Amino acid sequence: MAATQEEIVAGLAEIVNEIAGIPTEDVQLDKSFTDDLDVDSLSMVEVVVAAEERFDVKIPDEDVKNLKTVGDATEYILKHQG
Amino acid sequence: MAKIKPSKGAPYARILGVGGYRPTRVVPNEVILETIDSSDEWIRSRSGIETRHWASPEETVAAMSVEASGKAIADAGIDAEQIGAVVVSTVSHFSQTPAVATEIADRLGTDKAAAFDISAGCAGFGYGLTLAKGMIVEGSAEYVLVIGVERLSDLTDLEDRATAFLFGDGAGAVVVGPSKEPAIGPTVWGSEGDKAETIKQTVPWDRFRRGDVGDLPLDSEGNVKFPAITQEGQAVFRWAVFEMAKVAQQALDAAGISPDDLDVFIPHQANVRIIDSMVKTLKLPEHVTVARDIRTTGNTSAASIPLAMERLLATGEAKSGDTALVIGFGAGLVYAATVVTLP
Ligand SMILES: CC(C)(COP(=O)(O)OP(=O)(O)OC[C@H]1O[C@@H](n2cnc3c(N)ncnc32)[C@H](O)[C@@H]1OP(=O)(O)O)[C@@H](O)C(=O)NCCC(=O)NCCS
Repeated sequence: MAATQEEIVAGLAEIVNEIAGIPTEDVQLDKSFTDDLDVDSLSMVEVVVAAEERFDVKIPDEDVKNLKTVGDATEYILKHQG
Repeated sequence: MAKIKPSKGAPYARILGVGGYRPTRVVPNEVILETIDSSDEWIRSRSGIETRHWASPEETVAAMSVEASGKAIADAGIDAEQIGAVVVSTVSHFSQTPAVATEIADRLGTDKAAAFDISAGCAGFGYGLTLAKGMIVEGSAEYVLVIGVERLSDLTDLEDRATAFLFGDGAGAVVVGPSKEPAIGPTVWGSEGDKAETIKQTVPWDRFRRGDVGDLPLDSEGNVKFPAITQEGQAVFRWAVFEMAKVAQQALDAAGISPDDLDVFIPHQANVRIIDSMVKTLKLPEHVTVARDIRTTGNTSAASIPLAMERLLATGEAKSGDTALVIGFGAGLVYAATVVTLP
């Protein structure tokens, strides 16, 4: 069953917490991974792969750079999830 | 049909001694900043690298190998004449033929040991170790010298932001010999040639020689730049972090070793972030010593695992008899992982 927007944000919050140690409640749609959440370009690769597994999506390297905010990632996953 | 006598080998093989050679010149990040737009902070946070060693003209692939091997042979407590084979893994020996292994075998004073080079990038140490184990158990050599050696500074484009800070030079060697107990586990290894493009030499030698420009990088005078190693950093990072953690787990499983049984983890020293991520994914307990030699050595490809092994033993962070998981991975893409007892 496809995940809802709330489920995706909650899932991303857990992933970001695991990888960057940011409290889950700080992970909001308008937050930028690099500027607000301490996720640098390499941590982002880890976030992306964890998200791929969790939401059954493929996020190719060339799309990763367009995912600047939690909202961008959520929208991408909503659209592409299997 | 005539009956052929089979060869007779040892029941098992083990690493008996290790040695390393690090070039005298220590190169801090400040030197790298002379040719790329970067910062010490960025290099440290993205790779863990603070300094690396670059070889002088005298510190050739052969010279560094002889130094490292001499230490490994002494550590193993054998004589050079007892060595039956010398296996050298390198991608930065610039003479196509003969293999550098023969010169090294001669300079060490071996008794006409079989000697050859292999090309398996950053997995070279594991590939060499697997060959050595096979030779010893099969009986074609009693002692095998396995050397990982690189002068990657010769293959680094100092103007390439993605690689200028990564690579270093050095040599690491181990002596592998007979054992009554298993001391080198099953190797989990393989190749993924469909990803060959992610780490490669910018220009093949024949095109470089012809000055065949095409889409190749040019220097300020419009000539094709000397060949260097280039990579798609993010793609390699993704592969290393996720696929290689699985391979490492398979090597543990194949050896029947749980993370709790493990004393030491010596992954190829490519990037401290890859190492940290693997430690997390493998859920290695606190008591496992993790090699982070990358900080002062950079990525020395095939030399990185034996160099890191030597340093851990020298500083007392690891001790003889410890159980260590080693995994190499890199250009090919290729990989090799196994569990070993430290010498
Ligand atoms: C090389 C590596 C550290 C680069 O990190 P990266 O996060 O992939 O770098 P990117 O090229 O995506 O760039 C990320 C950002 O850093 C910047 N950047 C890139 N190189 C930089 C450098 N040398 N100094 C400062 N900033 C740099 C980029 O401009 C980019 O900034 P932006 O987001 O503002 O545009 C990393 O990809 C890596 O280590 N990969 C594994 C490689 C490896 O280990 N190979 C050998 C295996 S044997």
